[in-house]
Amino acid sequence: MKNTGDHTTFNVDSIRKDFPILNREVNGKPLIYFDNAATSQTPQQVIDVIVDYYSNYNANIHRGVHTLSQEATDLYEDARLKIQRHINAKHSYETILTSGTTHGINLVANGFTTLLKKGDEVIVSALEHHSNIVPWQMLCERTGATLKVIPMNAKGELILNDYDALLSENTKLVFVNHISNALGTINPIAQMIEKAHQVGAAVLIDGAQSCPHIKPDVQALDVDFYVASAHKMCGPTGVGLLYGKEAWLEKLPPYQGGGEMIDQVTFEETTYAGLPHKFEAGTPNICGGIAFGAAVDYMNAIGFDAISAYEHELLDYATEQLTHIEGLKIYGTAEEKTSVISFNIDGIHPYDIGTILDKLGIAVRTGHHCAQPIMDFFKIPGTVRASFAFYNTKAEIDTLVEGVKKAKMMLS
Amino acid sequence: MTIAEIQEEIIDEFSMFDDWEERYQYMIDLGKSLPLIDEQYKTEDHIIKGCQSKVWVHAEMDNDKVEFTADSDAIITKGIIAILIRVFSNQRPKDIIKSNTDFIDQIGLKEHLSPTRANGLVSMIKQIKMYAIAYQTQLN
Repeated sequence: MKNTGDHTTFNVDSIRKDFPILNREVNGKPLIYFDNAATSQTPQQVIDVIVDYYSNYNANIHRGVHTLSQEATDLYEDARLKIQRHINAKHSYETILTSGTTHGINLVANGFTTLLKKGDEVIVSALEHHSNIVPWQMLCERTGATLKVIPMNAKGELILNDYDALLSENTKLVFVNHISNALGTINPIAQMIEKAHQVGAAVLIDGAQSCPHIKPDVQALDVDFYVASAHKMCGPTGVGLLYGKEAWLEKLPPYQGGGEMIDQVTFEETTYAGLPHKFEAGTPNICGGIAFGAAVDYMNAIGFDAISAYEHELLDYATEQLTHIEGLKIYGTAEEKTSVISFNIDGIHPYDIGTILDKLGIAVRTGHHCAQPIMDFFKIPGTVRASFAFYNTKAEIDTLVEGVKKAKMMLS
Repeated sequence: MTIAEIQEEIIDEFSMFDDWEERYQYMIDLGKSLPLIDEQYKTEDHIIKGCQSKVWVHAEMDNDKVEFTADSDAIITKGIIAILIRVFSNQRPKDIIKSNTDFIDQIGLKEHLSPTRANGLVSMIKQIKMYAIAYQTQLN
């Protein structure tokens, strides 16, 4: 299968040619896609792999003796190796392919049901997305453990002194996102993992928002669990990864029962398959997994250092340009943040701004971004969120700024 | 005027606009100018929660007709509410029940009534019909 993502020097014009969707129009205007934090666009190299899979390799994996099944299995397992190398996991079987970040989180939260008891504590951060709050509330309800929340300051940064104070020998699990989806804050996860380990707690990092910008090194971070989604990093929807240290994955019970996850089954007793299959019940998203591997290849060919440097340039430029608009307030001004700008204009509802921008062909997100506690903190109904990817340009940001000015004029 | 006549009138008005900007500016102005709901009814019981914007609806029966008042925290939503109130308020319950909102498509605002839009408008129309059904039941 071919997969060429050859961009030895960063050139946004040539990168844009990889993304067919960037040629389309919306409401008669060229599409400007600034909703990358919700889902990223798909390059031709990944689309080709999907088409190639269904054209030439489609078969069920891990059990067929026939050639197609063997080839599909090889491609799927090869994708796992690519993902393993990408996150620098020690063993390939520590990389579980999931349906996405939410699946990975629920798998871990469910597994901890057997490990927690009344009096134990789970720590999450105030910067979390709903899907990062609810599974832990459910876990605490099931086990009698208590949920503690690390507060944030007005810039949208976690208050680390308060985190220190929350940690104790009762802390069994810390869960924090690497980057906040609503504000773009980059959390100091290395430091937070180290501190959690000092009290013997396990740490799960949600990399959904960081995976398109930062290449994680799970061994250097010494993180216990790490989850991410392919569709945030140029891959397809419905597939993601869960990394877990071997010892932890061995400790957790299987999440779902089904084919693939078993070793021996009789009506009296079932023994489970080893890692990673213990957590991969049923026929997986085979094509999705293979395409995830292609997306990882594509992004690495461009290089995460180049991607992150360019996106930072876009962030600084957009922040400066938007700040010139009178009455515009940016939420989330952390020292360390990624290419996400959440903003409002005095007296104007974010929904109205988003509606006008859509008429201009500009895709942004409006609303509470599934992070109501963050909106409650700022006492706002929601924000307009523009999130940039490495295939966006400064010229597109200029159009956004003009669009916001126009919306302001129409709506004031 | 009947519901159908009012809808025709609105379609006529919108046909004078050349582009989306004029249409939207008109709606925004409608949204701004209308005193839509008595503050006492902007309570939790009257709220329809869209994920994005909130809508409040209140209904009263006056003789044999239903009078609606409503409001929203987003101005474009409020503009569409103003149009819907113009169509459905002061009409007999049975006429409201059998009416439809296809005219919204003809004035180029269809996307705002999409069930996936999460702006509370679809639920608002459902609520308007529910009120009409409730009042019709009383009349029977």
